[in-house]
Amino acid sequence: MNIETAEAAKEPRGVKTDTLFINLGPQHPSTHGVLRIGLTIEGEVITKAVPDVGYLHRGTSKLAEVRGYHHCVVLTDRWDYVSAMPNNLVFCLAAEKLMALKVPPRADSLRVIMCELNRIASHLLFFGTYGIDTGAITPFLYAFREREMVLDLFEMVCGARLTYNYIRIGGVMVDIGDDWVAKTREFLEYFKPRLDEYDTLLTYNPIFLARTQGIGTIPKEQAINWGLSGANLRASGVNYDVRKADPYSGYDQYQFDIPLGKTGSCWERYFCRVSEIRQSVRIVEQALDKLAPGPVMATGVAKVPKPQPGEAYAHVEASRGDLGIYLVADGQASPYRMHVKAPSFINLAILQEILAGRKVADVIAVLGSIDIVLGEVDR
Amino acid sequence: MGIVLEKLPGITKGLPGGELFLTTADNIIEYARKTSLWPMTFGLACCAIEMMASYASRFDFDRFGVIPRPSPRQADVMIVAGTVCKKMAEPILEIYHQMPEPRFVISMGSCANCGGPYYDSYSVLKGVDRIVPVDVYIAGCPPRPEALQYAVVKLQEKMQKMRTISIAGASLQQEHGSRDILSTAPNNEPLISPEIGPRIEIG
Repeated sequence: MNIETAEAAKEPRGVKTDTLFINLGPQHPSTHGVLRIGLTIEGEVITKAVPDVGYLHRGTSKLAEVRGYHHCVVLTDRWDYVSAMPNNLVFCLAAEKLMALKVPPRADSLRVIMCELNRIASHLLFFGTYGIDTGAITPFLYAFREREMVLDLFEMVCGARLTYNYIRIGGVMVDIGDDWVAKTREFLEYFKPRLDEYDTLLTYNPIFLARTQGIGTIPKEQAINWGLSGANLRASGVNYDVRKADPYSGYDQYQFDIPLGKTGSCWERYFCRVSEIRQSVRIVEQALDKLAPGPVMATGVAKVPKPQPGEAYAHVEASRGDLGIYLVADGQASPYRMHVKAPSFINLAILQEILAGRKVADVIAVLGSIDIVLGEVDR
Repeated sequence: MGIVLEKLPGITKGLPGGELFLTTADNIIEYARKTSLWPMTFGLACCAIEMMASYASRFDFDRFGVIPRPSPRQADVMIVAGTVCKKMAEPILEIYHQMPEPRFVISMGSCANCGGPYYDSYSVLKGVDRIVPVDVYIAGCPPRPEALQYAVVKLQEKMQKMRTISIAGASLQQEHGSRDILSTAPNNEPLISPEIGPRIEIG
């Protein structure tokens, strides 16, 4: 044995690797927008992950200070553009608190129907894109087939496919047409068997299970400490849903369950969302049954509202979690301050904790399961 | 080949038997180029969702030979779908320069055209045409998938005429290639305004 081989024998076994810094994004097909994650990796193991946000910061809070109250609803559409109805709703709830308006029951039912339909559309988008993230292209095409039908329903009622501006301060923009209820029921009947189809397509697919089960687990305490909300929180086993905990728009009248997970793995987050679609279908059916005739807009909504000085906080269960809004009025025609508690932004923060120690291949699976929308992260 | 023959402009002649045809190299290259437009999957904001819908089942962009590519190195056209913020402006320019020539840009939606609902925001670039040359603008907030497909058809028309235009009087982009777009300002000011600021390093 010569000196060189003796030296080599003393070296620890295994390959030594350098530390690498990798930019994931801002242009990356799987970051769902313009998120940038600075990954420090050693071999295949991530040692540090730093999300860098702000690539879509549009200054909504500041713009609200120069827009009128009715104009602000337009801005809310563009936070979480995948499900814009809950955004409309939360701003209108806060503004109605400021202005002490009473919303007619029919408008409340319509709001619930629209929000739940939008939750279906949003979770379908998640279902499709999460399939793509984990390497399955086909679910995307199936999910969009049904998503287009929901968007058609929205188009019938308000003319827009994504940015609706349908829920207005004091009620909704316009009453639904004569055949809308029938079309919606027709869609729901068509849609329910499709959910079982999705399960066979993706949910119990062995490759998908291997990519997601037991990956990116978030224990209960950690989820609470990081302030998660929505399906991310419920997948960790915490039973918190604003629709049950602090009912708004008459959610306490409807029967529905909250799907819960146990360990908070990627698959459970995914499964919570898919199960929520079924619950949303239930809520829409009940709301359609209860839809009573009547006005859809409160009386006495000013064209240029100037509420008395004061503050209001409202929160709803949006498709991505607990979406809150804090409005301060100073008696002028536009809010003095509008602060948005955006669930995507808060859910995103936990990435730096759960990505460390994982393999590079898991990054996209974990990121996709958190289900962020960059418009809401940056606002 | 009969259908192709009818659609090819310029000197096109079918030979008896129909297995050969004559055309100019420019025509056949431009025909091939326009019928396989590969856009980069590059979503910025709300319009990206409509762009995804265009690729999906109902609207089926593949009919036009439009297949999304994840890398700018393989792409022909950049669809700027969404609000261009000042922080994002520099990456967009970088991505644009990574695309091989000839390259094209579709500005999708009001935000990318002129700032849209964020016309008075402090952080939004008022139109992507301030940093890259734009071939087709689509109005709407967000535009429907049909509008995006119409834009692609319009871009194809433009590409088919590229050689003719360059003889008649080329634009800056066509003459110099997109890499060296010359500034029209008198003292040759840089095209990116300094107010975008330097990139913030993380990590």
